[in-house]
Amino acid sequence: MTSHRWYTPWLLIAPALLWLAVFSLWPAINTGVLSFTDVHTLSGGRFIGVHNYALMWHDPQLRDAILNTLIFMAVCVPLLTFLPLLLALLVQRTLPFMGFFRTVFYFPVIASAVVVALIWQWLLDDRGLVNGLGRQAGLLHGALPFLTDRWLLLFSAIALTVWKGLGYYMVLYLSALGNVRRELHEAAAVDGAGTVRRFWAVTVPGVRGTMALVSVLIAVNAMRVFSELYILGGRTGGIGGQDVSLVMLIQQAAAGSDGRIGYASALSVLLFVLTIGPLLLLARWNRRTD
Amino acid sequence: MTTPSPGRRRSPVFDAVTPLGLTARYLTLLVILAVTVGPMLWELSTSLKSVFEDVYTATPQLLPHRPTLDNYTQVARTVPITHFALNSLIVAALCVGGNLLGATTAGYALARLRFCGRRLVLGLFLSTLILPGEVTIISQYQTVTRLGLGNSLVGVALPAMIGALNVLLMRNAFLAIPPEVEEAAVIDGATVWQRLRHIALPSVKGTLSVIAILTFIGAWDDFLWPLLVLQSPDKLTLTVGLSYLQSVFAADPRVIAAGAMIALLPILALFTALQRYFFRGVGEGAVKG
Repeated sequence: MTSHRWYTPWLLIAPALLWLAVFSLWPAINTGVLSFTDVHTLSGGRFIGVHNYALMWHDPQLRDAILNTLIFMAVCVPLLTFLPLLLALLVQRTLPFMGFFRTVFYFPVIASAVVVALIWQWLLDDRGLVNGLGRQAGLLHGALPFLTDRWLLLFSAIALTVWKGLGYYMVLYLSALGNVRRELHEAAAVDGAGTVRRFWAVTVPGVRGTMALVSVLIAVNAMRVFSELYILGGRTGGIGGQDVSLVMLIQQAAAGSDGRIGYASALSVLLFVLTIGPLLLLARWNRRTD
Repeated sequence: MTTPSPGRRRSPVFDAVTPLGLTARYLTLLVILAVTVGPMLWELSTSLKSVFEDVYTATPQLLPHRPTLDNYTQVARTVPITHFALNSLIVAALCVGGNLLGATTAGYALARLRFCGRRLVLGLFLSTLILPGEVTIISQYQTVTRLGLGNSLVGVALPAMIGALNVLLMRNAFLAIPPEVEEAAVIDGATVWQRLRHIALPSVKGTLSVIAILTFIGAWDDFLWPLLVLQSPDKLTLTVGLSYLQSVFAADPRVIAAGAMIALLPILALFTALQRYFFRGVGEGAVKG
């Protein structure tokens, strides 16, 4: 049944397609092309082969960035896969105030990473709330250097990321939990399975598709970290410049009046290759379970 | 405690609400609540403390002795923060408007109209989902600069004005409408535009509101992209302006706190006002994915 002229659909799609071409497809191809050139913001444009990629091997900051990313993933993936599920179970039941809790737990998600990082910076300051409470409780004598120590700064950024992500993944789990069949829970309960047992035997298998998706999203997002480390580490990646992420290096390389666009593009290609890994795992997992 | 809703079988074991369990549940929720909003409340409290109050005190005081708005006027005196807020608002409005129009029309065509090449177009939209925005940001920056839109608010908003994900969300929403309704309209001679406007659109309000809310929040909160594009101080959006405020006011946490609140409170208020539509829309849309 054709009820329209042949060009009508194309007219409707044209704007979106134009945007897709100019701001997604072309930049994707162009990033690959630029990574083989010495283009700078205002100069250059020579083809220099794999020189940019060779440079990456000798970039000490890149080694730090990759190590930081791996640690980010190792901590965030397990924590953010399970904590939001427990949180979703807590607010899922129809009891008084659950709507209130759900909304407020989502607040850190809505807040800008910049604002959140500023809030945490003040919290973790040498003279901030956390150190103050620690001293008051007699746990600390001096101040813990959350924002200046190479490792404490990294783990502060990780804690911030977990704190900010809880509500986001909670909402994903909430819509998945709606599909877990009640009868299974009831049957298990009648058979005498306790809460913990039911969690592992009914809830987890019931939402395992969402779990796989969530853990892949966490892994990919861990590789995309920028604002949290940028603000918390005072723009430079901490005092020694070791608390950097891949995206921070991309921004540092490209920023300024004579940014190294070519090198930043090579780093972008590396970022893409790394994020593809978890996505391929997910695709394989989906095919196996289908 | 809970009254059984009619028509739904309740099991005495599974649905039992013991006073102990209930207390434990609410206590846990309150602890999580403190951890979630505590840092925000502390920042709010800091922003309201006067210079005569020691914010570094060994015994932290959540309530300011004499709340004052001095820090807010201090921020406004030092940086054009209302101007930054207006810039953020302009960018967010452009993004919301662009997505509502562009994603709706494209989503409708992909879901409801048959045409040659539809599968290919759909595939193109899907393929960009695996591409994190950060990967293409450098090349995008080059494109925007070449278009002569570097250091402009339009340049900040432009790439995000039609998102591929939003097109796909709208397509899903339109697919969920039973086709019979529209077929009747076709027989009655309704044009594509009339069908979209009067039949399809009213059924996808949920998805539309989710897209509007998420796009607004995304644009308001975005940092890396405006940081790359904008240079002149009068063009900055709130997040970029705040990050500069941080270096200017490293000494006074009260003033930074006031700036942070100016960015945080409007978006929280907006979300709270619209959260009903958000959670309802997410519930409708995400289940099918």
